[in-house]
Amino acid sequence: MAEQGNKIDVAQVASLARLSLPQDMIPRLQAEMEQIVGYVEMLAELDVSGIEPTAHAVARTNVLRDDEPSDPFPREAMLANAPDLIEGELVKVPQVLPGEGIA
Amino acid sequence: MMTNAELISLSLRDAAAALRDGRTSSVALCTAFLERIQAVEPKVRALLAVNPESVLAQAAASDARRAAGAPLGDFDGVPITLKDNICTKDEQCSCASKILKGFVSPYDSFVTGKLKAAGCVLLGRANMDEFAMGSSCENSAYQRTANPWDLDSVPGGSSGGSAASVAALETVAALGSDTGGSIRQPAAFCGVVGLKPTYGRVSRNGLVAFASSLDQIGPLSRTVWDAAAILDLIAGHDEKDSTSLPQQPEGFAADLEAFEANPRLDGVKIGLPKEYYELDGMDPAVKAIMNDSIEVFRSLGATFVDVSLPHTKYAMACYYIIATAEASANLARFDGIRYGYRSPNATDINSTYEKSRGEGFGNEVLRRIMLGTYVLSSGYYDAYYLRAQKVRTLLRRDFQEAYKLCDFLLTPVTPAPAFKFGAKTDPLQMYLSDVFTTALNLSGDCGISVPAAIDPGTGLPVGIQLIAPAMEEKRIFRAGRAFELARARKEFIAPLS
Repeated sequence: MAEQGNKIDVAQVASLARLSLPQDMIPRLQAEMEQIVGYVEMLAELDVSGIEPTAHAVARTNVLRDDEPSDPFPREAMLANAPDLIEGELVKVPQVLPGEGIA
Repeated sequence: MMTNAELISLSLRDAAAALRDGRTSSVALCTAFLERIQAVEPKVRALLAVNPESVLAQAAASDARRAAGAPLGDFDGVPITLKDNICTKDEQCSCASKILKGFVSPYDSFVTGKLKAAGCVLLGRANMDEFAMGSSCENSAYQRTANPWDLDSVPGGSSGGSAASVAALETVAALGSDTGGSIRQPAAFCGVVGLKPTYGRVSRNGLVAFASSLDQIGPLSRTVWDAAAILDLIAGHDEKDSTSLPQQPEGFAADLEAFEANPRLDGVKIGLPKEYYELDGMDPAVKAIMNDSIEVFRSLGATFVDVSLPHTKYAMACYYIIATAEASANLARFDGIRYGYRSPNATDINSTYEKSRGEGFGNEVLRRIMLGTYVLSSGYYDAYYLRAQKVRTLLRRDFQEAYKLCDFLLTPVTPAPAFKFGAKTDPLQMYLSDVFTTALNLSGDCGISVPAAIDPGTGLPVGIQLIAPAMEEKRIFRAGRAFELARARKEFIAPLS
């Protein structure tokens, strides 16, 4: 487990989480995260060797159902919440690959 | 006909009876609530959206079914309010977040479908902490909900709008969601009943996910009977939620009606987890009310046994690792592409993700995504997330050992009554106010918060929590109902005029 008082690289974590944070938020967030992580470090006191992890409170696995075709959501309904569309049919996004822009 | 003041005070059970006996109509009932909302909402601000035309149309349709002799069930025409993270087709579902402003659900959640099938009127959308992250409703991007018992105090959270709307007589009952206490804690702060069902009892389909292994939908209501009746309505298997349990609800309200013939608890053994009673910093008023409540249960014939939940001190740490880790994964879907807020300041695909998320989420949500990302990141996963999952096993074992000695556990819901706005500015202090509620989400068992008394010092309500093993809601409904009938204070009506 990380040592107590380890510095958290907030910019690095923000980049992993795809978050653009206001500059003035970073020092406060760093202090808060280090305080909270410092608190949760207490779990290091416990001996957990041989203990199985619990991922879910209900141990139900591989719940399968028959693949039966049914009424799908209409396209318009699924696109209705999109921030931007092309001709009402495609989700418009900013350019993904470098190069010339699309018309 | 009944007066508006009588109508808005009705329990779910009494409202259903009044409709059945023709003493009121759904339109009259809903009109009374709409007028009440107009009168008190400027003070309470519990609701993010109410659509009077839709409410009255639903009510009129219900009255027509009843007039035709074909109501959809006992609760046809009774209004229910939904927390703003539960999807209803063609209505906004914002999770009190800017990132979902204007998002209109294309489908009904499982529970919304169940309520509609029962003829319930969907009355409005309740305020909450953004994405259900918080304990005071102060993290809503839209408004600050006040506690109807004291407008300078918080209603609790995250289902604060649901609890406040029931306490302010703005609805008969509400649904909320509970990830670490988000139904039970606001219920206690607002003097209403709040149930966290067994994990898997109620489908999460159409509930916007926060921490999927912990989230559970449940009712907030005026009485334990009402909570039982609502669980009957919304529980049951759903093939669209792979964690939904196969069991159907067992007729909880009918069981309570039979139980009420002799609402005693002779032969029932109640466990008192010593770690919960020895907490440093527990408010003396809460301690005194717990002692009085123990005497009420004793007078009902129950006996007590001291039990131990030895890993209690690790529950909060375990919870905040698991909940934030799951939240960081669940909230990855909000990327500004297919729905939700897209930043106008973005120039390419990565800045679309980063700016839409950075500008769309509030501070507490950002903090939790950051924490969750950190504990899941390479090099830390084993030390934090995997270790927390193992500690979760230890916490679950604690409860299983305790249940061997008793039928259910009796604990406080919170260490103190509702706090004032702005009183907890430090995130860790805010998290620690949930010390008595989070372990139950980790164990997956069921728990109910029932109003017990008024703290004479603050005039605020204080609740007790009953905790039972998974699928044993019947035990805590019976005990909660017996307590509710026997406690000194019969009714908890907020002084809000």
